[in-house]
Amino acid sequence: MNSIEVKNLTKKFGKFISVNDISFEVKEGEVFGFLGANGAGKSTTIKMLCGILEPTSGDALVGGYSIIKEPELVKRQIGYMSQKFSLYNDLTIEENIDFFGGVYGLEGQEMKDRKEWVLTIANLKGKEKSLADSLAVGFKQRLALGCAVIHEPKIVFLDEPTGGVDPVSRRNFWDLINTLSQNGVTVFVTTHYLDEAEFCNKIIMINEGRLIAGGSPEELKRKYISSTILEIECDDVNKAIELLDDMSFVKSSSFFSTYIHVTLSENAGNEPDYDNNKISEIRNILSDKNNINVIRIEKILPSLEDVFVNLLEKGGVKNV
Amino acid sequence: MFNRILTIAVKEIRQIKRDPLTLLVIFIFPILMIILFGYALNFDVKEIVIGVYDQDRSELSREFAVSIDRTEYFQVVKYYENQQQVNKALDSKDVQCVMVIPPKLSEDFYAKKNVKIQYLVDGVNGNTATVITSYVGAATRNLSNKYINEVLEKKGIELYQPVIINQSFWFNPELKTTQFLILGLMGSILITLAVVLTAVAIVRERELGTIEQINVSPLTSIELLLGKIIPYIILSLIVWGIILLFGYLLFDVTVKGSWILLFVSTVFYLFASLSLGIFVSTISDSQQVAFQIGTLISQLPSNLLSGFMFPIESMPPAVQILTNITPTKYYLIALRAVIIRGVGVEAFWEQLVYLFIFAIVCLTIATLKIIKQRK
Repeated sequence: MNSIEVKNLTKKFGKFISVNDISFEVKEGEVFGFLGANGAGKSTTIKMLCGILEPTSGDALVGGYSIIKEPELVKRQIGYMSQKFSLYNDLTIEENIDFFGGVYGLEGQEMKDRKEWVLTIANLKGKEKSLADSLAVGFKQRLALGCAVIHEPKIVFLDEPTGGVDPVSRRNFWDLINTLSQNGVTVFVTTHYLDEAEFCNKIIMINEGRLIAGGSPEELKRKYISSTILEIECDDVNKAIELLDDMSFVKSSSFFSTYIHVTLSENAGNEPDYDNNKISEIRNILSDKNNINVIRIEKILPSLEDVFVNLLEKGGVKNV
Repeated sequence: MFNRILTIAVKEIRQIKRDPLTLLVIFIFPILMIILFGYALNFDVKEIVIGVYDQDRSELSREFAVSIDRTEYFQVVKYYENQQQVNKALDSKDVQCVMVIPPKLSEDFYAKKNVKIQYLVDGVNGNTATVITSYVGAATRNLSNKYINEVLEKKGIELYQPVIINQSFWFNPELKTTQFLILGLMGSILITLAVVLTAVAIVRERELGTIEQINVSPLTSIELLLGKIIPYIILSLIVWGIILLFGYLLFDVTVKGSWILLFVSTVFYLFASLSLGIFVSTISDSQQVAFQIGTLISQLPSNLLSGFMFPIESMPPAVQILTNITPTKYYLIALRAVIIRGVGVEAFWEQLVYLFIFAIVCLTIATLKIIKQRK
């Protein structure tokens, strides 16, 4: 069953094409990651899927309803939460929950139950009377998500939900997303934290309004990264990186915290044991010829970040 | 539908309550305005301070001066010896008017020549000067008539006046302008409050991003607007009550006509004002801008063009047409009809229609702008 079906969706603002003819499908219960740099068209797409922005052309079915013909029915199916955590800071936690419950027409026992549920998942029991403003960002974010799904929607759109949040809170938040997904809720999430995207069942990447890749994280890594990536730990990294850049078989090298990441050129001649040979060669040049203390050289799995950077370089895109 | 409107209204009221300072300002501001305007902005001219430069110094000239002093409008405070003193008195604003009696008044008078009395009036404040001129004119005419009578009586001719003016001011017999002013003030305060509060409340949702959350919900624009407006209608009505109360306590403003009519007119006016506020919200992107545009768009026309301070009939025709941009104009006509004249709705129902049309125009423009934003 597809929860969301997007067909040739396009949005133009004047001459600027924000979303350019994209199509994809999201299965029920999936955690679907929508990745792209800022300004790539992520928020515009989400706004169209939520029925608050009309597409220039194309259409999408969300929960079975057309975003063009039945935007009001679409709105009943979905929950939405954005980076800005749309809570009222001058209302208490309970008043915020009451408000969003009321907007979705909850009342009586159902309202009570859902309020309990939101307080539980946000870990805010006993704090009902505190102002939302007094909450730490992590709590605010969980409360906002709770309010966004208070009416138990089948599909949730999360637009950069973890922006500006500390790593622990981000991890907690993703646990919450997984819980929703296990209960059959389709979660459509945009993020520019590529490490978060690893938690998604499926990912699509968008750049300058166009889809550039799609698949599960593993599929993407396999498909787009054919070269070997090495992580090198050594002293005098500045000198090391200069030397590495001069080596013919090194495609690129860059700092990665205190380490160096090196992408090898592809094994064009199908040389046997290519990777290990190159590792020995690097060790030889760095430590034997230049007296750099090399602590370790390891093959690592490419991250989605590597995939993304690789894709953008292929597309000749600058300024990511 | 009703429950959802109520949800919005309750939320709005809770937010208003969280900000007691603003609430206090909302209630204190009108009271201050009434006191300031009521006492300071007073067009009534009474007790005009007058000086006399009597160059004749005769019995007759003294009688002239005393008879002016005896009326309730004038108070003779000073007699001058020469022209320098007169100039000085006017320059230093010791007096508002100087009565100059010519040297040979008595002689000419008994010689049955025309005598001329000059009044030097401080013309800096045109309004007051006009009033003083008409008062001294009337006082002098009375004096003149008295002498005509005496002369005719001596000749044995009975005087009768073919046409007698019998002047009486309806609705406001003492011609007090304070009543009039308080009503204008009521219009001005209500529109400012309604426009600014509504515009700021709507723009705040947009500025904080909470509007997005509401947009993706099944809530319709009408439900949202009604829910947001209702608390401000209640708030404005409370302020309206405060203005009426203070108008009565301090300036004796009483409602001659029907309270129901007064209430209905006020609700129409608030509807028009809040619609203007909604329109303002669609053209402002921050609360600050909304506040500034709201104050400007509501106060300027309602103070200058509504007939609050300056009568519309005496404006140039082009400006008279321009006066239609402020709903305060219609409200003031209705207010004066109900409060001062105490007449029925038949005397001013058109004003309610105009207010309604004004509201619909504002709401239509606002809706079109919102629909455009969706595209």
